[in-house]
Formats: sequence, structure tokens, C-alpha cells
Amino acid sequence: MSKQTPNQLAQWKKEWRQGFEREKARILVCAGTGCVANGSLDVYAALKQEVEARGAYVTVDVLLEKEETGVSVVKSGCHGFCEMGPLVRLEPSGILYTKVKAEDAAEIVAALLDGKEPVERLLYRHPVTNEVYAEEEQIPFYHHQQRTALVHCGQIDPEEIREYIADGGYEGLQKVLTTMTPEQVCQEIIASGLRGRGGGGFPTGRKWEFTRIEKSDQKYVVCNGDEGDPGAFMDRSLLEGDPHRILEGMAIAGYAIGANEGYIYVRAEYPLAVQRLKKAVADAEKYGLLGQNILGTDFSFTLKIKEGAGAFVCGEETALLASIEGKRGMPSPKPPFPAQSGLWGKPTLINNVETFANIPQIIVKGADWFSQIGTKNNAGTKTFAITGQVANTGLIEVPLGTTLREVVFEIGGGIRDGKKFKAVQIGGPSGGCLTKEHLDLPLDFDSLQAAGAMIGSGGLVVMDESTCMVEVARFFMNFTQNESCGKCVPCREGTKRMLEILQRAVDGEGQPEDVEILQDLAEAVRDGSLCGLGKTAPNPVLTMLKYFKEEYIAHVVDKKCPAGVCSALKGYWIDPEKCKGCSKCARHCPVNAISGEIKKPYTIDETVCIRCGACVSTCPFKAIKEG
Amino acid sequence: MKQEGIIEAQQEDRGTTHQRKFEKVNEIIGRLGRSRSALVPILQEVQEEYRYLPEEILTYIATALGLSPASVYGVATFYAQFSLEAKGKYVIKICDGTACHVRGSNPVLEAIKKRVNLQGNKSTTDDLRYTVETVSCLGACGLAPVVMINDKIYGQMTPEAINIIIDELEKEDAADE
Repeated sequence: MSKQTPNQLAQWKKEWRQGFEREKARILVCAGTGCVANGSLDVYAALKQEVEARGAYVTVDVLLEKEETGVSVVKSGCHGFCEMGPLVRLEPSGILYTKVKAEDAAEIVAALLDGKEPVERLLYRHPVTNEVYAEEEQIPFYHHQQRTALVHCGQIDPEEIREYIADGGYEGLQKVLTTMTPEQVCQEIIASGLRGRGGGGFPTGRKWEFTRIEKSDQKYVVCNGDEGDPGAFMDRSLLEGDPHRILEGMAIAGYAIGANEGYIYVRAEYPLAVQRLKKAVADAEKYGLLGQNILGTDFSFTLKIKEGAGAFVCGEETALLASIEGKRGMPSPKPPFPAQSGLWGKPTLINNVETFANIPQIIVKGADWFSQIGTKNNAGTKTFAITGQVANTGLIEVPLGTTLREVVFEIGGGIRDGKKFKAVQIGGPSGGCLTKEHLDLPLDFDSLQAAGAMIGSGGLVVMDESTCMVEVARFFMNFTQNESCGKCVPCREGTKRMLEILQRAVDGEGQPEDVEILQDLAEAVRDGSLCGLGKTAPNPVLTMLKYFKEEYIAHVVDKKCPAGVCSALKGYWIDPEKCKGCSKCARHCPVNAISGEIKKPYTIDETVCIRCGACVSTCPFKAIKEG
Repeated sequence: MKQEGIIEAQQEDRGTTHQRKFEKVNEIIGRLGRSRSALVPILQEVQEEYRYLPEEILTYIATALGLSPASVYGVATFYAQFSLEAKGKYVIKICDGTACHVRGSNPVLEAIKKRVNLQGNKSTTDDLRYTVETVSCLGACGLAPVVMINDKIYGQMTPEAINIIIDELEKEDAADE
């Protein structure tokens, strides 16, 4: 490509925007991991074939270069509403079809091209109110959101750099390169109030400034895409759905701190994200937006993609750097911070994927715009992956400070199957659980920390009354114990002992004194561990002991699981009000644990009962209860 | 003498496969370079090629990169992706992330193990057809519970559904053979 000038970008934007405006209509088929798994690529092929058969199909190349028009069919990134996938969005109408199959293609295309009413059976129907919504933005799941980092996800073709540019992409990079000094860029980010979206919530601008003021012949920018928290998938969605936004954010950071090399560290479990990133980097280099003398300026910036090899601890920044260097991904003590001595001992800036995704808009729209979103000290929006026993699961984005109630009941649509809300586990294995007392708690860094939880990367698992909190704590402890790298003793040994105690509790072998030991151990691991993994590993246990202590006591003292989950603690009893004394259960019991007199309520001898559950299914009066 | 002849022939045979093994490794190292930071990508490609990391190749890589075999072994055993034992043709990963766990990933795991006849702690079948392992999160939580077979993701799994998928794999295999 010939030498660029900064004006080149504006020319491209104008030209391509006109091209895209020529489009009569556009069919966007979601090609995120979730929809692909549900068969969206077949849907894409069928829709394309259908539009072609009607002679209306146009490719982006023809649209932009030959000034022709027609209907395009493209693959988009993740909409975040994976459960309703495969999703198909129509532009400009904004209609969203859900659970689309290849067989639906003809009907969809006919309705679009003949100007008929949308295909009603494919529109979203609210599971509780039964109301039907045609436009994506009107669906309650989206209506209460404010999508700024995710603005392009599901709306554009992530593999088409020209579309990103036509929508104002790389203007932030152009702005810093032509009108701002590196110091001004850092000041702008500080003024915006942006805090790291990876979990810690450290002010991003200050991290940039620390790295900028270091003197060194070489500095690095690293993007942390090692999204290991079970239940979180915002980084995957961003990398798959809008990769150029991340590249632009990283290039701006490179300019601000004086680095000309960067690394994107992505989990090996995200093959599609890696593939899209590779294409994005190659395209950006082709258009002179990465590489030497970007947009004809003196600034050069190259990016490499590093695939992780499966280690949760590599989400910790010093461990991630060790992993890039080809070592075991184990953390090292701080200080020195990566800003002073990071990759190969050089000053290094590490930010999370979502943090970088916020950068271009802060530069283009200004720090004031950003700081007015959210609450004081917690500016901007945050993505959350809402999963579990909630009506609508998916990836959402709301201003920081939105209450838990709004997220669970308005966006999430409440609890499934009419059950009762019990708790929310937030922040994955580093976070904690919150109860119904916290429903009006604003979701922001400081409020959550005060409640003993943390935002973490933003995983939000909703649990109903049928969830056992002790089992959940055991589940997370099992996870962190597995992922503990073994370098420091408190984490390596402490998590193991904590897991043993929790395992005993769910197996019905808990001891009353375990409560105190568990509490002590949790505090010791929190205070004594080297890195964030160990320091936060006890959070799920500590919050369980704080908010659901009775449930734990029930396990270790009364040997009962109130939620009826832990099979070793399941007990059965006969409700005397409902029992008619028919003796059917007693005849079915394989160990003769049930006895009684005909026409009077029967009883179960718990010392003989083997908890097989045979009686429950035979009782004609539903008189036998678990718990 | 006949016995010795066979052993010689076997050794020779092993010799040529070894040579072929190292040729491929040389090609990978040549392409990715000999710097320490290339170690993880080299191991990833080698594993892609052989489905595991044979011990003699680890030593070979160590020599080629000027590292001690211990440090290469250390890296190979640290990351969950690497396996020092041969993996099956189909690597079945059952997601046991939070969302999948609360929506019942365990019955799916049990169904798969029963289906491919894996007992106890074994993760690979004797005929090297299937490897079954759990992973912490595949990032497709909206489709929980999720199973990944090689690079393909299957959502909303049940014990019945996974059996149908394995039926199909076996049908494809039978057709190939």
C-alpha cells in the first residue's frame, strides 16, 4: 500500500459509508461461538442462496467498488443472546429473528423483499408475559442495556475492516496521532475515570501514565484475553464480534506509553476469536493502520497474537507475562510492577480486552462523555455474563451502578420456572455470593467490594432455591484448588485443606468445629497468598459463611442439605397431613425402612433408609418429601 | 536367529518413524524460531501433529532451543492443554463451568464415560479413539451444558443428545474405514 496520510482515513470513511448506504437491506446472521454451535452457518448459507435466487444479492465488494445495490447477507459477531440463537438481524428495520433454522430462509427473505409483515413465529416472545417483540432494541433484554463497548457486536461484520472504518473506526487512533501528545492521551484516560475491566478496577489512565514515564529503549502493550472465569464470556464476544476495536485501543495505548510492539494473549479454548483476530491484524496492516509509519506518521506499532495453553492463573498479569516468555505461567511478587519491569524486564502495560474496547470512544467522544455514564468513581459501562437459573441468559452491558435487581429481573427476566431467587454468584471463583438483601445494591467496584464480593471479570450466575450454597462453594474451591499454580504455600496447601473440609460437609461427614477452621483457613489464604488467585480464592467460602451460615451448619451439625442437592444428606419424611396410610411405600421399600398402621400416617426410619427415593415415585398422594 | 531378525526389523522400522518424527519437529522449530518465547507455540504445534508430546521429542526440542530438558518438561506439564500421553482421535471436552455445572453437566459426563466405556480416572480409551476430559469454561454459557468435540461445540446437551452425537461419529468412522 502506498504511503498513507492522516486524511486517508476520512476519505475511506466517506467513500465506504456511501457504499454501505447504497445497500437496500442487509441480513446479519450471528456467527458467534454460541450461534455457530446451534447451526447458524447453515442458516447463513440458506439465506444467501435464497437472496441470490431472487436476484437481489450483492457482496460488499460490489457494493463498495462497483456502486451497485442490493441486499447483502453477512456474518456478524455475538449478540449476547446466545440462548435464543441462531439469531438473524435485519437492517435497516432492526428486526431480530430468533431460533432460526435453514428451512426458515425462504419465508424470511420473502417477507423482506416483498415488504410483508415480519415472520411472527420467529420473533422473540417473552417467556413470562408472552408479548411478542419485532425490533431487537425493544426486547426487554436489550432495552434496559446501554451497549457502548459491545456497540458493534452483532451489528457489523467483524471480518470486514471497511465496515469498521465506515462507522468511524480508527478515528481515535488518527486523533491521538495527529492532535495529541502521549501525555495528553494519558491525561484524557485519567480524566475519563476508566477503571480496569479485568477485575481489580485499578484506574487505567494511571497505569498508562506510570508506564509512559518509565525510560526504556523498548516497551510493550499486552492485552489480557485469558478469560478463565467459568461463566464469563465477554472477552470472547468482543474479540469475535469487534476485533478492530481492540486493535485500535491497543495502538492508542502504544502511542500513549511509547511502545511499538504489542501482544494479545488469548485463551486456547477460543479458536474462533484467534481466527478473527489474525484476520483483523492482517487487514489492519494492509490498510496501514498497524505496522510501520501508521497513517503516514512517525508512529509504528506491530501486534502479535499469543495463544494460551490452558492455565487459569495466566489471567494474573505477571503469570501471563511469564507465559508469553515461554515459561511456566507462575506469578511473581509485585513490586516491581509490570509498568517498571514487565515482559523481558521492559516496562509493560497490561489491560483487559474490555478496557481496550472502551478506549477508542473515550478518545473520540471525550473524557467528559465517558465520566458522565455510571456513578461517581465508577464511570462507564460494564459487561456482565448473566447465566444460571434466570429466564434470559446472555451477555449484557449496563452503566456501572445499575442495581442487581434491574439486571436479574428486568434484563434477565426473573427466575425460571416460577422459583424463588436465592443468590447471585458474582465474579466467578474470585467473587462471592450476594443474597436478596443485596438486590438493591449498585453493581460497581466499591459497593461489591464492601459486600465481600467483586466484579471480577463480570460473571453473574443466578441461583434459585434449588441450589445448595455449600455445594457451590465446594465447586469454586475445587476450581481454584485445581488451578493453583503451586508456587506459594498458603494457596497451594490452604485451598487443598479448604476443599477437603467442604467436601466433607457435602458428603455428610462434616464436623461442627469445621466452621471455625474453615473461617481461619480462608483468612490465612486470603492474607498470605502471593497473587490475586490465592488472595481471592476464599471469597466464595467467606461470603457463604457470612450470608448462608445456617445452611452450612445444617450440613455439618444436622447433616441435612436444605436445598436437597447433596445426595449423601438427602433425607425423606412422610407428611402426616397427606399420608392416607395405604402402605404402598412400605411394600416398595427395598430395606423395610417404612412402617405404620393401615389408614394411619406411616413413618420412615432414617437409620435404615438408604435414600434410594423409590418411595417418592410410588406414593399416589405425594406425601413423601425430600430434605 | 529368526527372533533377532524380527527385533532388528522392528528397530529399523522404529528408526525410520523416528526420523520422520524429527523432520516434522525440525520444520516446526525452523518456522517458529529457537527463542524461548517460541517454546509454547512449538509445543502446541507438535501436540497438534501427534495429539500428545512424546518424551523423546521434548528432549529434542530442549536441545534445539538450548534449554534444559527439565525446563521444557516443566512447561509441558504446567499447562492443561499439553498431554504427555497419547490422546484419542476424538477429544471430548465437557464444560464444567459454573453455568454448565448448575444446569447439569455431570450427568452428561457420566453418560459419555459409560458410552465409550471409560472407568475410574482413565481419560483415553484403549483403542485411542476417545479422550474424555472436563474443562472449566468454553465461554458458551448461554448454551449450557456444553460439550466440545475436537473443535466443534455442541450446546444444550443431555445424556440422550450426546449419545446421538457419538452415534454419528461412529457412523462417519465406519464410512471412512
